[in-house]
Amino acid sequence: MAIGLGHYLTVAAILFTLGVLGIFLNRKNVIVILMSVELILLAVNINLVAFSTHIGDLKGQVFALFVLTVAAAEAAIGLAILVVYFRNRGTIAVEDINRMKG
Amino acid sequence: MMPALFFYLFAGVTVASAFMVISSKNPVHSVLFLILAFVNAAGLFVLMGAEFLAMILVVVYVGAVAVLFMFVTMMLDVDFAELRDGFLQYLPVGALVGLIVLAELVLVVGTWGAGGATQTVVAKAPIPNDVTNAEALGRVLYTEHLLLFQAAGLVLLTAMIGAIVLTLRERRAGVKRQDIAAQVARGPATAIEVVKVRPGQGLSETGV
Repeated sequence: MAIGLGHYLTVAAILFTLGVLGIFLNRKNVIVILMSVELILLAVNINLVAFSTHIGDLKGQVFALFVLTVAAAEAAIGLAILVVYFRNRGTIAVEDINRMKG
Repeated sequence: MMPALFFYLFAGVTVASAFMVISSKNPVHSVLFLILAFVNAAGLFVLMGAEFLAMILVVVYVGAVAVLFMFVTMMLDVDFAELRDGFLQYLPVGALVGLIVLAELVLVVGTWGAGGATQTVVAKAPIPNDVTNAEALGRVLYTEHLLLFQAAGLVLLTAMIGAIVLTLRERRAGVKRQDIAAQVARGPATAIEVVKVRPGQGLSETGV
């Protein structure tokens, strides 16, 4: 019952799927969408570290560190935009975000 | 036996709390389950031998990102129940996409394992056995990946400045604020006044 690479990849795959599913389920709530993105990035990190351990190469962990950095920056900027948007419009419903007619 | 036990514990709690993140009614509960998922993922990292990343995960994600989420969630006065209307409306398409993604990922992992893929990659930065994980990571990070490390710092700096610029707003009138330009331009001419005081009279007659 040794725990190998496949086990960790399976966990990461399930986490990734849950993140994607969360984006679909919470179509209206930006905060939960941001949390789902964090879950997806966590799944990516688990994959990177699992392969790093399996191959015996540290570069995977270095890469995971950079993914972590970008995830933190993304959360900060995203939440700042959310706060500004709420201040201007009084709502965070995704459907109402159509001012730019994109 | 014990590593397997801990793996299934951490993995199970991680997946369960990730499910609760996307399905809980209250976003505050979602944040709390997100914290639980991160802590258990850190446990998985420790099991994989990446202790430094595990601690960084706890410090950065739980200590900073999750608390940021918590602040924003509790600060915004939003009717979250209203935002959940039509929650199940997107379940079919979401489940379909999720199943497709999961099937593809399982196929990738399955064929990769079943094909008897042998390790052909030579580790460029092999994990040393005689030093700790943090030290080994530092040896690689501060030498080979120094430029990337600096770039990551720049990304964080940009995020910090961006968040401050976005959320900073001018105060209402009547609130005294610091005027740095006026402070820097302040010289002896405006800052001090020389008063001639005649002996024995004090300041009362000079009008100060």
